[in-house]
Amino acid sequence: MKHRRQSVSHDETAGHGRIGVLTFPGTSGDRDVARAVERAGGQVVELWHAEADLRDVEAVVLPGGASFGDYLRPGALAARTEIMKELHPAAEAGLPILGIGNGFQVLCEAGLLLGTLARNAGLRRVSGEVGLRIENAESPWLNGYGLGQAVTWPLAATAARYYADEDSLDELEEHSRVVLRYTEPAADGDRSGGQLPPGQQRVASQRDVAGISSANGAVVGVMAHPELAIDTLAARHEPVHGSTATTSAARQGGGLGVFTSVLQALPVAPA
Amino acid sequence: MPRIVVEVMPKTAVLDPQGEAILPHLQRAGLPSCTEVRVGTRFELTIEGPLSNERLAEARAAATELLANPALEDVILVSAEDCDTGQSSEPDGQSEPDGQPA
Repeated sequence: MKHRRQSVSHDETAGHGRIGVLTFPGTSGDRDVARAVERAGGQVVELWHAEADLRDVEAVVLPGGASFGDYLRPGALAARTEIMKELHPAAEAGLPILGIGNGFQVLCEAGLLLGTLARNAGLRRVSGEVGLRIENAESPWLNGYGLGQAVTWPLAATAARYYADEDSLDELEEHSRVVLRYTEPAADGDRSGGQLPPGQQRVASQRDVAGISSANGAVVGVMAHPELAIDTLAARHEPVHGSTATTSAARQGGGLGVFTSVLQALPVAPA
Repeated sequence: MPRIVVEVMPKTAVLDPQGEAILPHLQRAGLPSCTEVRVGTRFELTIEGPLSNERLAEARAAATELLANPALEDVILVSAEDCDTGQSSEPDGQSEPDGQPA
């Protein structure tokens, strides 16, 4: 029952590094995430929103896209699907869960992460590379990076403006739960009429928040797309000199480090 | 069929960039005295069977659970409406705390 879809082409004999990739209607980032997981050495396990079954995965990624057409609000309908009933207790038990872009919005709507993502202050869809800083290098999703390390990943979103009340923001900061921050000031919105280059278009996230985690650290949401920054042709991969990043994937500043990080964080499978 | 109208508005503390974008155009469109625009959402829910306070309470609970994002928005109105006359009506003669249109 648990393994009824073992016929998928991925090698399931290893029994380790099983990373679930969760698909909703309208999800478009699942293939890119699967590619990144495989590149990092993990094993892709496809998950479908209508089946309340996590298929013994050791971590879950909610990819980007526009789940359920972003109807009502981004992530609102996806957050109320069958599989979320499984995700809630799993998150509480410490299963590493990563929401990327729309996946971040889903996790906020589901109450697995604090706050929400509102429409960009400039009302424009932001599309391009953004500079980010690693603010928590102990997260299961970021442990391969160095604290304070600069990374550059693509951002493509209409609702990327992180919003939470001041008390929630203070709580997040106090416990190092802001795991990723935009390095370009994002406080004033994009009032440039689109004249700024993509990397400088503003979303006006509160306190430049680009990614946060749950209280137990297992659940992380990021708006930028690490899975789209794993190829040298598609991402800046300058080695960071003097960086304390611990894996070569992370040292290069690309997004593959997210996926190697979580594999590293998993307990070693019994022999 | 009776209908329940639900209205959702962004919280006043939250920046409403949509309203900000509309404001100068509304002023130019003949309302120069306008100083702020906030944009909300109206839902019209057609209900099977007679409306009752119980139905309204269910609608309020469902609207709060799904139709508003509590971090950003408030449900500001849940009211019964007679579709034939377009008039708001109150089942059982009790008024709703959200404030009925007069």
